[in-house]
Amino acid sequence: MPAPAQIAEIWVYLSASPLLGLTVTLLAYQGAFWLYRRAGFHPLANPVLLAVAALVLLLHLTGTPYPIYFDGAQFVHFLLGPATVALAIPLYAQLPQLRAMAVPLLAALAIGSITAMLSAVFIGKLFGASEASLLSLAPKSVTTPIAMGIAERIGGLPSLTAVLVIATGILGAVSAKYVYQALGISDHAVRGFAIGVASHGIGTARAFQVSEQAGAFSGLAMGLNALMTALLVPLFMPFLIRWIQ
Amino acid sequence: MLGALTLLLVFQLIGEVLAQLFALPIPGPVIGMALLFAALALRGGPSPELRDTAQNLLQHLSLLFVPAGVGIMLHFGRIGDEWLPLMASLIGSTLLTIAVTALVLRALSRRAGGQGE
Repeated sequence: MPAPAQIAEIWVYLSASPLLGLTVTLLAYQGAFWLYRRAGFHPLANPVLLAVAALVLLLHLTGTPYPIYFDGAQFVHFLLGPATVALAIPLYAQLPQLRAMAVPLLAALAIGSITAMLSAVFIGKLFGASEASLLSLAPKSVTTPIAMGIAERIGGLPSLTAVLVIATGILGAVSAKYVYQALGISDHAVRGFAIGVASHGIGTARAFQVSEQAGAFSGLAMGLNALMTALLVPLFMPFLIRWIQ
Repeated sequence: MLGALTLLLVFQLIGEVLAQLFALPIPGPVIGMALLFAALALRGGPSPELRDTAQNLLQHLSLLFVPAGVGIMLHFGRIGDEWLPLMASLIGSTLLTIAVTALVLRALSRRAGGQGE
């Protein structure tokens, strides 16, 4: 049994290398995914939520600052780029249905995108959020890098936006099933597309766990909503800012 | 596996270069996805190797969001002060967006004679 001082020494040594951040991320996720599977893929046992909670607790208890953790975890974070590109492959498999539904998809995208932006700011304002928080909320339904870019451009806090984006993704992944049950929506193309517009990549990850078709439409919606929001925000911004102030 | 991963990175790189070159507001990987989709449509589908690699990568898409999610610890102060408006906004807006998008899409695809249900 090593003495506590020795353990602290080993911990300090390991904290300085990226190995630890990377390994605890993979361990936390696999533990979370094991629970998720044990729970029969119940949406409330969302693996992103469980893994993030476990890691925040671990970093907090060991007094490890986030940048030191991210030094290791960035190798996982990096794979978001190629994974986004890879969404083209399941999307291609849906090409015939995509063609048939092109016009309805684009209309639903535009309405969904505007709903996401305006309702986030409106509800936040109603409950008294600060101006910086409201501006950080506006792009919350878009994939992380573009949401951070938009927040920066309109005067929000990019790193707060990143957190709000992840929280939105988890909320959508957790709740979509119940919304669809309440509304009687069963078509997997519709289910996937709606969760993709509202909850970007985390919604897409959940949709892939439901079916390949739902995942493909969710990935499509995520990509299109990034484009749509980037175009809409400058258009709505003068109106939003007058509203916020 | 290696060839397919390289291909994905090449498309991401092209996307990033185009985004920088034309100062596009869209992230490079999203442009890369659109270009790869166009290439697949022209070529008539992915190779089995590319399909397997994509499937492996997307199977654990959730994992890739964990590092950014842990960043919540940087904002505990603000979130503590404003938890009610932030939670109300996120929950309300997310549920509303899912419901509105799904209802509009279902209504329109039924009218277009597509497969609604």
